[in-house]
Amino acid sequence: MKKKLISILMSTAMISSILTGCGSSTSASGTAAANTEAGNASETSETADAGAGKVYYLNFKPEADEAWQKLAKEYTEETGVPVTVVTAASGEYETTLQSEMAKSDAPTLFQVNGPVGLKNWADYCYDLSDSEIYKNLTSEDYALKNEDGGVAGVAYVIESYGIITNKALLEKAGYSTDDIKSFADLKKVAEDITARKDELGFAAFASTGMDSSSDWRFKTHLANLPIYFEYQDDGITSTEAIKGTYLDNYKNIFDLYINNSTCEPKELSAKTADDARNEFLDGKAVFYQNGSWEYSSLSEKYSDDELAMLPIYIGVGDEAKQGLCTGTENYWCVNAEASEDDINATLAFMNWCVTSDAGTKSMANDMGFTIPFKTAQESPNVFVQQDQANTEAGLTPVSWNFTTMPSEEWKNNLGSALTAYAAGTGSWDDVKAAFVDNWATEYSLANE
Amino acid sequence: MEKSVRRYWPIFVLPTLIAFTIGFLWPFVWGIYLSFCKFQTVNKVKFIGASNYLRVFSDNSFIHAFGFTALFTVVSTLTINILAFFIAMLLTRRIKGTNIFRTVFFMPNLIGGIVLGYIWQILLDCLLSMWGKPLLALDAKAGFMGLLILMSWQQIGYMMIIYIAGLQNVSPDLVEAAEIDGATPWQILTKVKIPMVMPSITICTFLTLTNSFKLFDQNLSLTGGEPAKASQMLALNIYETYYGRSGAQWKGIGQAKAVVFFLLVVVISLIQLRATRSKEVQA
Repeated sequence: MKKKLISILMSTAMISSILTGCGSSTSASGTAAANTEAGNASETSETADAGAGKVYYLNFKPEADEAWQKLAKEYTEETGVPVTVVTAASGEYETTLQSEMAKSDAPTLFQVNGPVGLKNWADYCYDLSDSEIYKNLTSEDYALKNEDGGVAGVAYVIESYGIITNKALLEKAGYSTDDIKSFADLKKVAEDITARKDELGFAAFASTGMDSSSDWRFKTHLANLPIYFEYQDDGITSTEAIKGTYLDNYKNIFDLYINNSTCEPKELSAKTADDARNEFLDGKAVFYQNGSWEYSSLSEKYSDDELAMLPIYIGVGDEAKQGLCTGTENYWCVNAEASEDDINATLAFMNWCVTSDAGTKSMANDMGFTIPFKTAQESPNVFVQQDQANTEAGLTPVSWNFTTMPSEEWKNNLGSALTAYAAGTGSWDDVKAAFVDNWATEYSLANE
Repeated sequence: MEKSVRRYWPIFVLPTLIAFTIGFLWPFVWGIYLSFCKFQTVNKVKFIGASNYLRVFSDNSFIHAFGFTALFTVVSTLTINILAFFIAMLLTRRIKGTNIFRTVFFMPNLIGGIVLGYIWQILLDCLLSMWGKPLLALDAKAGFMGLLILMSWQQIGYMMIIYIAGLQNVSPDLVEAAEIDGATPWQILTKVKIPMVMPSITICTFLTLTNSFKLFDQNLSLTGGEPAKASQMLALNIYETYYGRSGAQWKGIGQAKAVVFFLLVVVISLIQLRATRSKEVQA
């Protein structure tokens, strides 16, 4: 009897040690996983009051990751509120958000890319109508409204894109930025540079990389232009079926890019975003289509005087009056499912970022953002300044209409079609089908 | 002691059972339930019935992915097993440096699929561009061949080790007896060796079949399903439906695809196991 008792005791002791062993090891590996996921996430302060709430920001912009980590640390030092910033890999934001939101420690602050992105997350967006940050916006236009009129998100950065130009190289080729005022001018200059490529030692355009790290520059940003002009003609801001009025112009500019580039069109499918940037940094190309967010990496090599951004001319409308493509696809949303304390902590953090001295300075200088808030500081970003100068000179910025593209799937299809067209394995008709027919298909799928 | 073990077995089974339930049974049941729901995150779900399954079978990309996967599975299972068996035969012949060869052939298996995919993408793209052919992302045939080369390179070593173990277990007595009876080397191979290594063949075909059918990382990194989903396999198709599509309705469809996928894998591997098991012999 005694023996049996001992064996029972022994076995329960064993089992309990196994169970507790399991328990502690899972929690340990859980935090380890969280830490590795966070990468170099800010150190969350251990001393913070447990009841004061915390902030978990899922950041969209890899290029601004470092600055966010620093800013989060500063905020924690100042207020004691723990702030975790996690950055999703390029092109993986929706996926990361999707899995993070299902966790018990979900992001309290996340972002959507506009009305189409909002559809996914509308149920999870805290109404910001009464928040300080909403009241600090310079314009109503920068708020993202729900169908019921609630404020689901606020834009926190305004960006511009166009054709980034290396002025020094352009001069070497015998031109200046003043010579390029229309698509015809651009074509003339680019083709002339290509003709003298061997003599000059550089090409007109950096590679039109169609790898997934880079293809958004064409399937999304460049595709914005025909959409913008079509919307302008029809006086609409979104549509369920695109007509593709200006697809020929889209073809012309895309042809110009791929035929006057650093590499053969056939090889574009494997070219990455880094390839294109490095070509531009190494002085192998004069033009590089990208946006103001590239300033921080380009300014390491080039001085402000050497860089300029030209509008993307596609030969439509009043080209003398065309400005850069300016807008936003970055809207901050607060997770309505988070606890009251966390929501308040998050609202305070957001407001601090865009109003405090440290916050606005970091956003302007370190991240190079122009933020649409009354307390914004001027950014040293030369592309942003150029956009302002353009607007003051009476040029009309091209708005960002790619936020109305029906789905990611639409963009991916268009990307595949463009890649095949560039390599010669597909035809322009496939691109047209991916652009026009697929828009209607995807729109109905997304809105059923 | 034996008696108490018999009486208290539930206590000993419990930890594993709990882990199995939490880690496998519960997610599995929950996953099947989710395939009948519409949801954005798994915390808020709405039951909508079987409509997700109707969408799965009307999705052409899923049907295409099934065809591509099935073809790939057949071709890769044959290539990998035949080559692995052949190499195993060579390396059980007491050639000099056998151990070095075995290690070298086994090594690719130690590298992760994603890394391999990207490395082979660079290698194959270089080769293709030298020949002036369209790159991997543009040619579904090249993508298929690329996947086949990559998987063979990775898996042959592993299967080879299993075959070597099997071949070494074939008793020399049997071979000798066959030789004395005047059997040709070919007869020894087909009538003695292969029937004797049938258990190895069962396990190797099972592994290659299920690995190829469930292939994901190599597919994602080598071709990413390009061009226009032509080289997309089932697992990647499910992943893209679930994560690549925005909109609550897609999550349930992705989940339903995953359930269909699970059933396919189970049925195919059961058929295979039964077919090869029946050929196993006792000596």
